[in-house]
Amino acid sequence: MDVRLSSEQQALRDAAARLADDLGPKSVAELGDGARAAKLDTALEATGWRELRTPADGNRPLASAVEAAIVAEELGRGLADTSFLGPTLAAELRRRASAPPATVPETVLLTPDLSRLAVAGGAGEPCSGTAIDVQGITSALALAEVAGGHELVTVPVYGTSPSRDLTRPAAEVSGPPAVRLPGTQTPLSAADIEGWTAFVVALTCADLVGTMRGAVELACSYAGVRQQYGTAIGSFQSVQHMLADAHVSVEGSRSVALHAAWAADTLPAGEALDAAAVAKAYCARAARAVCETAIQVHGGIGNTWECLAHVHLRRALLSTQLLGGVGAHLDRVAARREIGGVPGGLR
Amino acid sequence: MDFADSPEEAAFRRRLRAWLAENNPGLPASSTSDAYWDGQASWHQALYDAGFFALSWPEEIGGQGLPSVYEAIVDEELAAAGAPPRPSLGYLVQGLLRHGGDDVKRRFLPGIVNGRDRWCQGFSEPDAGSDLASLRTRAERRGDEYVITGHKVWTSYSDSAAWCLVLARTDPEAPKHRGLSAFAVRMDQPGVEQRPLKMVNGITREFGEVVFDGAVARAADMIGEPGEGWRLAMTVVSHEREPGELGYVARYGKAVNELVARLRAEPERFSSENVRDVAWAVVEAEMLRLHVCRRLSDRLDGVSHGPEGSVDKLLMTWVEQAVGHAALGVSERTAGIEEDTWLKMYLYSRAQSVMGGTSQIQRNLVATRILGLPAS
Ligand SMILES: Cc1cc2nc3c(=O)[nH]c(=O)nc-3n(C[C@H](O)[C@H](O)[C@H](O)COP(=O)(O)OP(=O)(O)OC[C@H]3O[C@@H](n4cnc5c(N)ncnc54)[C@H](O)[C@@H]3O)c2cc1C
Repeated sequence: MDVRLSSEQQALRDAAARLADDLGPKSVAELGDGARAAKLDTALEATGWRELRTPADGNRPLASAVEAAIVAEELGRGLADTSFLGPTLAAELRRRASAPPATVPETVLLTPDLSRLAVAGGAGEPCSGTAIDVQGITSALALAEVAGGHELVTVPVYGTSPSRDLTRPAAEVSGPPAVRLPGTQTPLSAADIEGWTAFVVALTCADLVGTMRGAVELACSYAGVRQQYGTAIGSFQSVQHMLADAHVSVEGSRSVALHAAWAADTLPAGEALDAAAVAKAYCARAARAVCETAIQVHGGIGNTWECLAHVHLRRALLSTQLLGGVGAHLDRVAARREIGGVPGGLR
Repeated sequence: MDFADSPEEAAFRRRLRAWLAENNPGLPASSTSDAYWDGQASWHQALYDAGFFALSWPEEIGGQGLPSVYEAIVDEELAAAGAPPRPSLGYLVQGLLRHGGDDVKRRFLPGIVNGRDRWCQGFSEPDAGSDLASLRTRAERRGDEYVITGHKVWTSYSDSAAWCLVLARTDPEAPKHRGLSAFAVRMDQPGVEQRPLKMVNGITREFGEVVFDGAVARAADMIGEPGEGWRLAMTVVSHEREPGELGYVARYGKAVNELVARLRAEPERFSSENVRDVAWAVVEAEMLRLHVCRRLSDRLDGVSHGPEGSVDKLLMTWVEQAVGHAALGVSERTAGIEEDTWLKMYLYSRAQSVMGGTSQIQRNLVATRILGLPAS
């Protein structure tokens, strides 16, 4: 056992952090700056990080889930408003189905509650759901029932619909016929989908860790400059203790999230999903509390649209909802230990 | 980045697992039963003699000089086997290693490590808890001895200890942090009186109070230089905050396994709230296991610990208290049909946010030393 990041992984982390710091939104006003967002999108495209899960030799991914998680964490910390999760999840699905890589920018289509992949009755049948993380995306992958499991189908994605997350828009898809992928693919078994889910949940954890780290940084810098009673509010013990708890929550979350990412490529699907469930229950519970603390530390300003704190919270709320939050994952943990919950996952 | 065992680690794990299958003494937890102490010394010695304790400590003092990640394996296997955790005395060892002279290290450390000598830690006093540096116990030089007078309290394991690591004031004129020195003091001498204290859950062997009234320590048994006491105390308490040093991953892993087994044995007795609470305890305990893997891996770089110990202490406290709350729920459903071990486990868990420096003190440290917030 040696869970230190390798020097390549550290370099990747630094590069992703630089990208997010240089081109991510530094204020709510900057969220509306299309030119900046386009630069971020171009820069991310140039790194090739959206293709980390495309097959390299054999069917192994170009990079491990740990590397994908490193990028996700830094993009989350910097509130990067460009698609990464969507294309990465789509690439992972194609890889698992041994399908050829996407030719257009692609995400995945989930059920409206975002708890699982949307399923069509078959190719040609109508397909509905919510496409996530659709910035610059024109197509979404969904499942269609076939003998022996599920196959991948696509639906076109247009426009955006309101999302709780201001950095990652979604799009409703209602009823176009599902299109069979060109070329061959292997039907996905329940275990394939379990393994994919473990990977996805691990990535949402990484994003949560990043988002909450960013929220703690934001709140700490505000606590150092905002003065009341003639002194920085960061010198008040109750403010210090809230921020200390927030920092501690981030550290615990990092440890579980790192393990979930490692497990996604290393352990059998059931164990990987258990590692992911442990991580998601922990990170999601922590992230909401940490982002709420960031709002509280900002006082009145924290409750205005202009303060970035709610952008962190909103991003955390979406990452939490994706593939299930605290309760759903505690149920998974319980079911795996045969003490209740819902065997096989979500209700 | 790899959580999996190397081939050497896997071989070590197999050997340990095989040994545990034959040698688990099946002791009750120290936090819920005084009976633990009847078997504690022989458990320590057996674990040590079989080569599964003191793995990462230097060979000179009886350790094996292995990377500290081996300790993580021990904790995992102890929990899986339902065996008692390893003895929690790493903080004393670290304090003596760092501050003791060669003679002190040679005379004291092997006995602590191999389980022959029991020690306790006499820092806190009735009027000096969080504000430890205000302590009043005095040590006055008389020839080649020091005479010790004062009152220590909350002294863990004072009734079974042969030695006490006493923090005392040797220079009343110096500023309060500078006038302190540390001593190894024999417990079985006329000037030492030890009285057990009963904890909220009824156990009596967790801690006690110790009155020193003209007790004698040899000058050669001072640990470190005169005036080095505060620095030694900070070394000790910072290690006391590290779950990797304490072996608490095994403690919580075992408790959680017992909770899971209890629910599984009789599902109809328990509510969905019990299930959620136990699942959350599983999550918390697993978090700590993985967090310790991360911390122990960092030590492969020789990264020494600093204020991060306070982060780990808070994480560990949250785990213990989540396990405690799950146990409380189970105690409500099993009251009257089995021993009140679950209730004891819950009540004991309240101490985790006090011992080793309270959670408030840890938060002060995290805020000022790690987050860089201005001191209040
Ligand atoms: C089970 C157990 C085992 C122990 N074992 C040992 C041992 O082996 N050796 C030993 O020397 N000691 C031991 N202790 C003592 C322990 O270290 C002290 O209890 C602890 O440091 C707190 O001191 P106190 O009890 O005097 O509480 P106080 O310091 O009086 O604190 C009371 C309350 O005030 C709060 N408070 C105090 N100062 C501040 C501040 N600056 N900011 C915010 N809040 C503050 C505290 O957080 C706490 O809630 C043990 C305690 C327990 C419970």
